[in-house]
Amino acid sequence: MSKIYANAADALDGVLFDGMLIAAGGFGLCGIPELLIDAIRDAGTKDLTVASNNAGVDDFGLGVLLQTKQVKKMMSSYVGENAEFMRQYLAGELELEFNPQGTLAERMRAGGAGIPGFYTKTGVGTVIAEGKEVKVFDGEEYILERGIFADLAIVKAWKADTTGNLIFRKTARNFNPPAAMCGKICVVEVEEIVEPGTLDPDGIHLPGVYVHRIVQGTHEKRIEKVTTRKREEA
Amino acid sequence: MAWDRNQMAERAAQELEDGMYVNLGIGIPTLVANYVGDKDITLQSENGMLGMGPFPYEGEEDPDLINAGKQTITELARTSYFDSATSFGMIRGGKIAAAILGAMEVSENGDLANWMIPGKLVKGMGGAMDLVAGVGRVIVVMDHTNKAGESKVLKECTLPLTGKGVVDRIITNLGVLDVEHKGLHIVDLAPGVTREDMIAATEATII
Repeated sequence: MSKIYANAADALDGVLFDGMLIAAGGFGLCGIPELLIDAIRDAGTKDLTVASNNAGVDDFGLGVLLQTKQVKKMMSSYVGENAEFMRQYLAGELELEFNPQGTLAERMRAGGAGIPGFYTKTGVGTVIAEGKEVKVFDGEEYILERGIFADLAIVKAWKADTTGNLIFRKTARNFNPPAAMCGKICVVEVEEIVEPGTLDPDGIHLPGVYVHRIVQGTHEKRIEKVTTRKREEA
Repeated sequence: MAWDRNQMAERAAQELEDGMYVNLGIGIPTLVANYVGDKDITLQSENGMLGMGPFPYEGEEDPDLINAGKQTITELARTSYFDSATSFGMIRGGKIAAAILGAMEVSENGDLANWMIPGKLVKGMGGAMDLVAGVGRVIVVMDHTNKAGESKVLKECTLPLTGKGVVDRIITNLGVLDVEHKGLHIVDLAPGVTREDMIAATEATII
């Protein structure tokens, strides 16, 4: 059964529904599933809960789904750089659940690994711990965090083979593997699709068992903060 | 005469030992990398990288290669990449020897507040709560007082906490303080700063 789809809209056909929970890969604008986000905007699916470390910028990444008010709730660790997000949040139009970054990543990984909850010392004694079970192990306090089981994962990888084995590039890997793992269905967009046997089996970052649908496309890959140094004088 | 930003970063760099894996926060902590000298230090970027290199030359920026502050960076011969769950696994698991980060307030029992001012725009804690809960040693680098001239080193934090009892050492423009059992111990004073100056500028208990 082929996992390859012609475009992002086809790759999402039949898997979107109002009120669903979507886990999205990416850190800032790095390694975000930009084509799938645009396709969700075009599909008009609404009342979404999105688990993603960030919320994009106003006109790129998840920011486009905020502009169209398709998002009901964000589960994120950092939502700066997005004025529309703040406007909706302060106006009470958008729910926001802050998660410490490592807790969010582990919640995704745990969900994907069939682990409904885990204890962590991150956030003990802070507002993050409010309402959560506290358990003492070896004299130290830990709080209970829940695994995330998403209806859909949307991720961006560098290359896929046709069976869905993925490799990522540099820091564009970030949240993509844990997001992919926690989705009941995982749709991945890549820069290149290759034949099985092309990728080194020892170098696969995420095995194809986690990947259900693949679409290849052209990515803008916008840089959020271009920072450079001067060349030394020759 | 107190330390300036670069001198604070230089002093913080003295905290690093050969062979350490270290996470540097945004602001003055980033400058610490300029003062590690010959020490073999590997910088972690919590978005999924060990062995962070300098900023790229103009024209050589790679959108797939950024640091936790979203800035373009470069890799080194020793660099490795990994996903966010693995990255925070090494943080939470205590494999990262030290984090150097900024703060809004620190208390005498090591509580840290650096992510939220109630009533003001809240952007989120990012990875700060995980870092302070997990790494081997937490070193705060910040100005001793706020813009109103009030001590940022307090008996108790007034702002929502990032971590409780997590700070080991505080480096400010006035000197270096260690969080100890019954208060803060003066480890070092900036040139021209006396013990009395430090006590006068600090709301927290100095022992």
